[in-house]
Order: sequence, then structure tokens, then C-alpha cells
Amino acid sequence: MEILAELQRRFGDAIVETHDRGDLTAIVARDAILTVLGHCRDDVALAFDVLMDLTAVDYLRYPGREDGPRYEVVYHLYSIAHNHRLRLKVRLDEDDATVPTAVALWPIANWLEREVWDMFGVRFEGHPDPRRLLMYEEFVGHPLRKDYPINRRQPLIGPAS
Amino acid sequence: MAETARQEFMLGEGGGTGGGPQNLHVGVGPAHPAMHGIIRILTELDGEVIVNADVEIGYLHRAFEKDCEQGSWNNAIPYTDRLNYVSPLINNFGYASVVEKLLGIDVTERCKYIRVIMSEISRISDHLTCVGASAMELGAFTVFLYMIKAREFLWELIEDVTGARLTISYGRVGGVKADLPEGFAERTRKAFKDTREVLDEVHRLLTGNRIFMDRMVGVGALSREETIGYAITGPLLRAVGVAYDVRRAQPYDAYDRVEFEIPTRKDGDNYARYLVRMAEMEQSMRIVEQALAAIPGGPINVDFEGRPIDPATYVDQGKQGKTEGLLLLPITLSPNLQGQQRAALDRVNVGDKRVVLPPKETAYGSIEGLMNHFMLIMEGYGIRPPMGEAYFPVEGANGELGFYVVSDGTDRPYRVRCRPPCLPPVAALPRMIAGEMIADLVPTFGSVNMIGGELDR
Repeated sequence: MEILAELQRRFGDAIVETHDRGDLTAIVARDAILTVLGHCRDDVALAFDVLMDLTAVDYLRYPGREDGPRYEVVYHLYSIAHNHRLRLKVRLDEDDATVPTAVALWPIANWLEREVWDMFGVRFEGHPDPRRLLMYEEFVGHPLRKDYPINRRQPLIGPAS
Repeated sequence: MAETARQEFMLGEGGGTGGGPQNLHVGVGPAHPAMHGIIRILTELDGEVIVNADVEIGYLHRAFEKDCEQGSWNNAIPYTDRLNYVSPLINNFGYASVVEKLLGIDVTERCKYIRVIMSEISRISDHLTCVGASAMELGAFTVFLYMIKAREFLWELIEDVTGARLTISYGRVGGVKADLPEGFAERTRKAFKDTREVLDEVHRLLTGNRIFMDRMVGVGALSREETIGYAITGPLLRAVGVAYDVRRAQPYDAYDRVEFEIPTRKDGDNYARYLVRMAEMEQSMRIVEQALAAIPGGPINVDFEGRPIDPATYVDQGKQGKTEGLLLLPITLSPNLQGQQRAALDRVNVGDKRVVLPPKETAYGSIEGLMNHFMLIMEGYGIRPPMGEAYFPVEGANGELGFYVVSDGTDRPYRVRCRPPCLPPVAALPRMIAGEMIADLVPTFGSVNMIGGELDR
């Protein structure tokens, strides 16, 4: 809880919401996410040196969230020195699903962001290599979106010649 | 004309005689004997030295995360088997644990110990496969055969407990499928004795072997900073001297009650990774032996009437066509066949009717049991964690295996995310092989221990 209070004290309105149900979680405004991530990594008391995971959730069909921001990009941070964890989330509207890239902070963000782009169609502004990761380039759509039907078939295409 | 085209092909595009020396692009994979699973590494070579590389993944993508959203919470268990298919038990328990965290339930003591034992046996079999396969790719075929032999001892144990070798589906939300079979502890000790002999032989064959050292020492190294920046965990992180292990950092199940060491090395090269894996197998065996000594619940073979049939004997005799005698025998099932004996099930599952199926005799014998069964099995009922999200890490064979789940309060997961432990090292592979010889790609890739099912999900 101290971590969340500290983040709120330092960043004020940029921390939209926090909770401690199972895991420490803070929802961060999109414009501030890079600053907050950088602070979490570099601050000596926080020292979140590992970006354990970066993923997204599509809240299109979530009860009570139908009209709210559609996507959430979720960062799981871990600190080797202090052995603590933190989850940061950014909410994104459907028509403006872009987040600044974290590649400059952690090299692993490169692939994880490519996967999120591939699966959810969330754009990472400034990403050095914005290709799909798991699907092939000719694939149409983003399969982990809730409105992508599970039984849709797409033609398999060989590598571009 | 044809000669010019051939020359251009040999020397690279636009080559010919006037182009000067050019880098050569060589694609390794997707289907290549050294690419365990299917993966494509595009290398740019200057002579024999790798200048640059790009890794293409996704050939084994099976929509694991999307599929999990389609069925009930327990329906995802068989899918998790197919993530890291060399140590599927750890995946099972990792997924079950995250759902338990969401539900706020705590599994029984005996179940915790069973999970520890089975996870560690899986970890050994995973390391055996990894070390054996990478040694084989360097020409040490003997080592591969020895290690696969040892893995066979362990897989026989796994088969005894789960009924399957690979796609075991043994974990359940709230417990495990069945109790340990009769005589399991003795068989494990025997298997470990044999495994230790194999490890000893392998040590004598590889550790200090000139050919092996030449190929492994100083090859594929990654600095400590880069390893952390790439979020690499598990043996590769411990090979650069960071003693991070989820089993120690955030103990789950019964890991806080067993003693073990976290082997680390300083160099971060392929040889250090090999030594870490070899040392970890010994530690895993230590953990299993302590857990077998401390497991509560007493001997398992207490509630038997008459002669129980050991399933392995049953299968063996059936295969030989000796079915006459078997058909006449009154069958008392062994406790590792699911759902027959209340006592065996109660020991390994939590007593929570929201989560765990009732024993078969209750389901067939009383209206409450039948309703309980119905409420868990019928579509639209089943396990219903409260709305919310949870992340739970376990120590997989390759590092931190995390599951992040979101529940909308229904019987189906809203979102299941698996943090695959072998994705970060594969992402860092171009950094590991840049500047090395093309032949060094093979041992480096082997030390990463890429598992396609987990990488591509």
C-alpha cells in the first residue's frame, strides 16, 4: 500500500485509481504512463527493474464496462532488489487506442508490445519495429478482441515474395 | 546469362564481380533439426560471423488465450498441458493457483505437497531434455540417450500418478485429479537413484570435456543488465548471478517448508547455463525427497478392501491378452483413478462445494451430491470466481511462469494471459548470437530451451 500512496503523492491526478485486491494495482493516465514507468524503474525505493509482463484486456463485453474505455494495457513490474510487485494499467478508448512505447525503458517491451498490437490492435507510438509477432502479416484483424469471432477462418498465405 | 544469374545467387543480390564483399543472408528454420519446435532465425553473415539476426515466431500459435475464454474455468486445464509440453504439470498448477487466488481458497496440505513433488519431477525432466538435446546437437549423442533414459524413469512416475505421460491434465482448481498411488515414495527413490547415476555419468562425459567446453564457454553470453532488461528469469538469470527464484522469493504451495539452494553462476554463457541446470536437478531431487518425507495424510493405501489392482499391472496384463482372470476380479480401484473413493479425494481437494466435484459415490448416492455435481458441470453454472483480476507466478522450468486472469463473475474466464518464461530469452536471442560464429547459434539456441507450445501459445 505504501507504494500506491507514494505514487499518488508524487503523481497526483495522473494516478486515476488504485486498489489492493490481491495485487497492488494503479490505473495511470495515458499521458503520464512513461513518466510513471520510468520513475518506478529508476527510483531507489521502488527499483522495479523487471517488466515481467505487458498485455492488454478488451473490456467490450465486461458487465458494467460496456460504455467505458474499451482497452486496458497492463504492465506487471517486479523488483529483484525489494522483491515486490506492482501492476500498472492504462485505459484506452476504442477510437484512440495508442500508448507510448516503453522500448526505451526495457528492451523486452519490443516483443511484448508487438504481441499486444498483433492480438488487440493497440498501437504503441514510437515503436521501432511495429510488426505482428505471432500471426502472419497478411492476417486481417486482431484475434483477441472480443468482437473477433472464434470460428473465423482466414486463408493461409505463404511468405511475401 | 544463366551463369550470371547463378553467380548473383551465390554472391548475393546485385553481386557479380564488381559489387565487392557483401553480407550473406541465411535463414535457419522454420523446419530445421536444431530448431526444437518451429522457429525461423534470419541471420546476416559476414563470412562465418553473425552480424545481425531476426527471429520469427508464431508457427505453433494455437490461440491458447482465445480458446480459454470459450470454456469453463476447468476447461482450460488441458490447454495448459500444451504450453510447456516438457513440464506440463507446472503449467497445470500455475493456472489452478491463479484461479484459487481469485476465489480466495487455500488447497489442502497434502495437495500442496503433491504439487511440489510433481512440479519438481517435471522440472528435472525438462532440464534433462534441454541439456540432453543441446549436448546431442554438439555431437554428444550418448548424453542425449542417457538423459532421455533418465527422463523415462521420471515419466514412468508421472504416468503412475496422472495416467498419462505428456498431456497429463492432472491439476484441478481446488486440488489435483487424484491422490498419489501406492508405493509411490519407494518408486520415486528408486527412480532418483537411477537418475543420479545418469547425472553422474553425464557430468563425467561433459563437465570439463574439451570439445564441449570449447563450444560452450564464453558463447552466447549476455550481460547481467541486458538479462534483466529482457525480463529473462529462470536458469538464464541465475547464470548471470542473480539468485531470483519464485520458489524462494514468493513461496507458494509448500516451498517455504523445504530446504534447497539456488545455484548461480557468474559468467552468463552457455556453459554457466548448463552448470546451473545440472545443479538444479540435484536440488529438485532434494526437494522431492524432503516433501515425500513430510507429506501429511499418512500412507495412502489404507482404505482398500480386498486386492486392489495396480493400474500398471492391469494395463500390462491387458496388453499381453491375459484378460480372462482380470474380468472375473472384483475391481477395487486404486486411488489414482478419479472420483471413486471419498477418503482419497478429500485428502487432496479443498472441501469447497463451489469448486470441487463431489466423489462419485456421493454424486450417485444422494440428491445433494447430484445437485452439487450438476451445479459444477452444467453450462452456465460451474466455478464462478468473483469479478476481478489476479496474477500468480510460479517457477517454471524456464523461469517465471505467470498467469494473469480476469473474471467477469461468470463460469468462463474473461481473459487468460500466460506469461511464457521462454519468450524473453528468445526475444534476446539476436543479442546473444550477434558477433558469434554461425555454428554457435546451435548451442546458444539449445541453452535458451525454447518450447514452441509455450512461446507461441
